[in-house]
Formats: sequence, structure tokens, C-alpha cells
Amino acid sequence: MTKTPLQFRHNGRDVAVFVDGGVNLLVALRELIGDMTPKFGCGQGGCGACSVLIDGELHLSCLTLAETANGRAVETLDGMKDGPNLHPLQRAFMEQFAAQCGYCTPGMLMAAKALLDRNPSPTRAEVIEAISGNICRCTGYEPIINAVLAAATSGRARA
Amino acid sequence: MAKHRGRGIASINYPIGMNLGGDPSQALVHSNPSGKFTVSLSSIDLGQGMKSVTRQICAETLGVPVEDVYVDTADSDTGPHCMGSFASRGTHRVGNAVMAAAKEARGVMMEAAAEELEVNAADLDTDGRGNIHVKGAPHRSISTKDVAIAAQFKQGKTISGRGIFLVPLSEVNPETGEMSPATCYAHACLVAEVEVDDETGEVAMVRMDSAYELGRALNPRLVEQQLVGGAWMGISHALFETPEPYYPDPAHGPRDFVEYLMPGPGDICPHDIAVLERPAADGPFGAKGPGEMCANPVMPAVANAIFNAVGVRMDELPITPEKVLRALKAQGGARPQARR
Repeated sequence: MTKTPLQFRHNGRDVAVFVDGGVNLLVALRELIGDMTPKFGCGQGGCGACSVLIDGELHLSCLTLAETANGRAVETLDGMKDGPNLHPLQRAFMEQFAAQCGYCTPGMLMAAKALLDRNPSPTRAEVIEAISGNICRCTGYEPIINAVLAAATSGRARA
Repeated sequence: MAKHRGRGIASINYPIGMNLGGDPSQALVHSNPSGKFTVSLSSIDLGQGMKSVTRQICAETLGVPVEDVYVDTADSDTGPHCMGSFASRGTHRVGNAVMAAAKEARGVMMEAAAEELEVNAADLDTDGRGNIHVKGAPHRSISTKDVAIAAQFKQGKTISGRGIFLVPLSEVNPETGEMSPATCYAHACLVAEVEVDDETGEVAMVRMDSAYELGRALNPRLVEQQLVGGAWMGISHALFETPEPYYPDPAHGPRDFVEYLMPGPGDICPHDIAVLERPAADGPFGAKGPGEMCANPVMPAVANAIFNAVGVRMDELPITPEKVLRALKAQGGARPQARR
């Protein structure tokens, strides 16, 4: 099958790979670029574990054709921390015990980041809405909601 | 057509572990020449905190900082045998095995330190910060790292320990059917408040209040989080989840996350939890464990709350809107019970 050249910014770094037609962005990120932070959960947009940001917008990478990312900026959990420093959301997730098995965590963090980037002071209802496309099997959601609200508060305190 | 509120209660005794042919778990502990310790287990951490709690138990027993202990649960082919992570047995069974292994390793470590300090091992103590000192003379001390190096390169000793915890097979009395499957029991009580819509049959969680008695809580935050998450699973079992939800033909069963319903972040409710600690005599540092029982009382409490709200007895899970509507129809409408 003919391969298509694909270039995009991956967490602030330019990457170029050849992809088969029909390959989704999740596969390109994990298998061609080696970024294992987006997770495969269901492959049909039902769980949110594969969530990434494309040009700052939340997308399900398992339902996104890799080729559509050409020339755009893709952000994954791998690029969230600043060197050794955790992102305020990551720190809040840790402090609020918002992860148990951790499989949903990358997707939750990307959904939460997409929310806080456009709305730094969300209400509880807005946080619930923002993560409602992400399934968590362990935490019962409460600690995740609390973590996002805590990260929003700490972000405001710094600003 | 109206929404009715109701309150239900459930209490449980929950056995820690099970006993089908005996219930053993093993652990191995050894030190590296760096003075750090590795705990080898085949007991899988699937998010419940097995690694954290066995790390704490090992560090406390050895008398070293928790940072100096690494727990490896990588491979059940090469690790010591474990029955598994189920039946709420992890903290109790595996924790006891780790404690036994760490005790043996501590004995060797103290002997090695005694040789270096030229004193009797019985006169030594750990400070929990990575040093071993002569009791009453803290300046006569040696770091666990230096002890590990001396044991490895000078004394030719392995600072290591083996541990097993076995609850022996309990025979069944053929006359009475009596047996003793567990050595200790945890307890819980949960009150659920729900709102039942008698037009749609939908049940919404309003709030939960619970009390759990689970022995010593070795890591209170882990315990609390397991209880919060487990109660969500209880709501899920009570009202949402089933492999064959609404119709008898398995072909109509759910195949994926889109069809297999679970409560989302908008379906949860406030949950106030009280943790009571009555240490178990045979638990590691008195621990029993929260385990599976964090989900169990939610289901009967929700069913009782629905009865209190609209007067129908739901005896099949999950309690879907369709089942509630059918029951209400058979009863001739909602009959709210006395508010409790």
C-alpha cells in the first residue's frame, strides 16, 4: 500500500513519518512516534482514553485519521510536564488521589487541560461536562472532579 | 406523575480472603548492595494500592525509609506464588507474607550490622531513616547502605527473607455444613438516598452516608479512595451494569463501552464516609482491608431506598428504569412509604 508522508508538531517538536492510508492518529503516535501516553481503550470513541489536543482542541485520536493532523500541532500527556516540573493538573491529580489503575488518566488530563485552557474558572458542572466523554472504572469520578477544580484554583492563585 | 425520595440502609459483614483448599501467599525480600530493598510478589496491583501498602509494610518491618523499598509484581512465572488479588485478601494475606519476609531480612541485616559495629545484634535498633545504631548510643551507627555493602562484598551474606502466610484449609462439617472460611471480618453500614421518577422509572442517587470498619487503615488516603471508587461501582451494579441488560437474547447484549452502561461523572452523589479501625489480631499491623465490600452495601441500600420511595420491592439487578416502571404498573402506581 502506498505510504503518505505526514508532518506535524508533536508536543512542540517537528516530527515526520510515513503512514499507511487509513491509519489513525493513535496508532501513528504510539507505533510510529513511540509516544505511549495516549491509550487505546475502545477504538470507537466511547471511552476517551486516547484523547489528545490538536491545535488546542480536544480530539479522540482513535477516530482521527493520522493524515488530518498534517501541518497541525498535536499535544499529548507526554508534553504536559515542564521538564521535571509537573503541570498543575498533574500535581492536583496526584494530591487528590485522582488515579487508581491510571489507564484513563492521560485522557482525563487532556480533557481537563482543554477545559482549563479555555475556561480557567470552571464550575463543578462544567468540569463534569468536560470529562463526561471519559470513562473511569476505579475512582468514582469524585477525586477527578475535585482535582480539576483544585488545579483551576491553584492556577488562579498563581496568575 | 412525580419524583419520590426514599432512604434505604444496608449492613454487611465481609470475610477477608477465602478458603478453597487453603489460602496462601508468598513474598521474598532482598537487599541490593545499594542498601535498597526489593519485595518480590506475584500479587498484582490493579489500582487498589497493593504496591503502596506492601511497600509500607516492608519498610516499617525492616525499619528503613519507605523510599528505600521497591515492590516488584512483574511476573507470576518467576515471582513467589500467590493465590491472587481477589476476595479482599491482598492487604491481609500478602501483607502478612511481606511482614514475615521482611522480619527475616531484618534479622540478617542486624547481624551484618552487628558484625561491622562489633556489638551484639540484640543491642541494635533502626532509626527508620536508613541507619542502624546501638540502643542508647545513637552516635555508634552505620547506614543500611554500608551494611548492605559489607554483607555483599566482605561478609558474604545475603540480606534477604522469605515469607508465607497460609490460612489452612478449613474442613466442612458434613453434619452441619459449618466451616471457617476466614480468620477475620470487616464490617460496613451504608445509607443511600435516592429519587425515583414514577413517570420514567429512573432512579437518581441523592446522597450516601457510610461507615466502614476494616481493621487498621494502613494508608488512610488509599482506603478512603477505594471506598469512594468502590461505592461508585456499587451504584453501577445497582442501577446500570449487566452483560445482558434488558432482553433475554444474549445477541442483544452490550458489546462495548458505548452499549455497556455505567454511571458517568454526572450520575454520582455526595458520599460521606466514616472509617472505624478495630485492628485484627492476625492482620499485618492490624489491617483487614476494604476490598470488595466497598461496593457491596450500596446495592441492597439502593433497593431498600427505592422501596421506601415508591413501595416496590426490586429483587433483580440492575434496577433499570424499565424494571421500575413494570413494578410500579403491577402495583398500580407509587406508594411512598413512611419517611425514615
